Amino acid sequence: MKLDDVQRIAHLSRLELSQAEAEAVLPQLQAIFSLVEEMQAVDTADLEPLAHPILFLRDLAQPLRVDQVTESDRRSENMQSAPAQQDGYFLVPRVIE
Amino acid sequence: MSWHNTSIALMAKALAAKEVSSTELTKYFLDRIESGKQWNAYLDVNTHLSLEQASEADILISSGKAGKLTGIPVAHKDVFVTRGWKSTAASKILEGYLSPFDATVVANLGIPSAENPNGAGMVCLGKTNMDEFAMGSSNENSAYGPVLNPWNSEYVAGGSSGGSAAAVAAGLAPIATGTDTGGSIRQPAAFCGLTGIKPSYGRVSRYGMIAYASSLDQAGPMGKTAEDCALLLSAMSSHDPRDSTSLADSGEDYGRHLNQPWKEGNANPAKPLEGLRIGLPKEFFAEGLAEDVAKSVKAAAKALQDLGAELLEVSLPKTKLSIPVYYVLAPAEASSNLSRFDGVRYGHRASEYRDLGDMYQKSRTEGFGAEVRRRILIGTYVLCHGYYDAYYLQAQKIRRIIAADFQAAFSECDVILGPVAPDVAWRLGEKSKDPVQMYLEDIYTLSTNLAGLPAMSVPCGLSKNNLPIGMQLIGNYFSEARLLQVAHQYQRASDWHLRQASGVA
Repeated sequence: MKLDDVQRIAHLSRLELSQAEAEAVLPQLQAIFSLVEEMQAVDTADLEPLAHPILFLRDLAQPLRVDQVTESDRRSENMQSAPAQQDGYFLVPRVIE
Repeated sequence: MSWHNTSIALMAKALAAKEVSSTELTKYFLDRIESGKQWNAYLDVNTHLSLEQASEADILISSGKAGKLTGIPVAHKDVFVTRGWKSTAASKILEGYLSPFDATVVANLGIPSAENPNGAGMVCLGKTNMDEFAMGSSNENSAYGPVLNPWNSEYVAGGSSGGSAAAVAAGLAPIATGTDTGGSIRQPAAFCGLTGIKPSYGRVSRYGMIAYASSLDQAGPMGKTAEDCALLLSAMSSHDPRDSTSLADSGEDYGRHLNQPWKEGNANPAKPLEGLRIGLPKEFFAEGLAEDVAKSVKAAAKALQDLGAELLEVSLPKTKLSIPVYYVLAPAEASSNLSRFDGVRYGHRASEYRDLGDMYQKSRTEGFGAEVRRRILIGTYVLCHGYYDAYYLQAQKIRRIIAADFQAAFSECDVILGPVAPDVAWRLGEKSKDPVQMYLEDIYTLSTNLAGLPAMSVPCGLSKNNLPIGMQLIGNYFSEARLLQVAHQYQRASDWHLRQASGVA
């Protein structure tokens, strides 16, 4: 991992890093990835990835619910932590001029 | 009456016998919280709301509508969203956030109502401090300051559920909820001398639990005894249609085996654990384990043997690899989960920005702490095109090997025993400069989250510097009631769980 990579993933993560911050975090990430490299020595040919631990034990069907309205109108409660709002809508900076 | 030294099992009896009211108990703990602020265990307390719930609980009790836990106070880790109390996950990005709904865990334990008819009737004391978004092993990553260990305030309380652990250890709550993604219930429980259990993945609903790594996150109780944990877990766990990973067969009485011998029909009261095979993984006692921790855990094994259990050595060969596997998978899931924080619908929004993109970027940068930003960066990197196979998929494949290794061990034994952590609590600041050093501390707890297995922390000794030591009991899938049984039998024969934190009056 290089300094360019740090700035690239910071951008993808929508995080802002100054040059000094990127330089400070780089050796930390490199140390973490040198630990992560230990995984490469393991032979995992023919193994399926395990995304959900219980799938190791048994097959699970994707639970599906009936498509019906269960929630009542809670607009004002849902808006109470909005950083900016107007007329019951979330307010964001103008996107289209 | 010193209610902070009383188990919730006894508290329930006192409430049922009308020896105390929920309002009296709640006031008692609120007073202790007020005079016990030095540990920084709580992030939000609302006396008015707690007392309102207590008076509702008292009405339920006097009208004969009380359940087992009605009227008992409980503290919730701030990762659970709650109506009324602020829900921040100890992050600046959620400062002041008010949730429009209760997490399922909070509802299951809370005061029953028309929309929550099965609530257990417990009273919420407030929200406990934690590592920001549950990312940390020492509770030093909270945006609202670290939690101090009630056994010695120069030491960490452990993490990420450090506030819940300190609250119970300092007598600021009789019991608390926690969550465990890589050891966050078990390790702070061990560091503060408590009993805690992380159930099998899917036992407890994740609805309303602010997500860190969704395929690993699981909630559980942290209390003074195995019996208390069984009581709380039985009320927390339920099938929840709002969580697609909640298992259909979740609700059960986890305390049903507590006072039974391991083997049905065993009538020898001196050997209740006869027939139980306990496996000690040799990798859990290898290099890196502190001497006094090893000594205490081995003494606990001997005590279990005296109760009739058989000890044998087992192997979990990929133990060391659980660290890189976890620190690929958890950040990958976190980077995805935390993308929801954009400063639009809730949470922190930067005060100055050029445009929408700049607003996202500045709000997130200002709102997230250093460790959270670090894990988002790692997660984004391992999910990138070109690295995905080598890191993310490789980690998920090794995850399968780790789960299989446990099954191989469980073909020889019923329960696995080892330490919770390589050492006892460390001094504040001692490991916070070096993330890798902190990650290595999680070596014994990560693999059970990767495999989705239930695991407990049970107090089993004190170190040279008088800090608690915890042993870890790991069971096979859905064997929580059996793990709690072993822990309860151990606690009947030992008194480590009854020791009081030295700094607590």
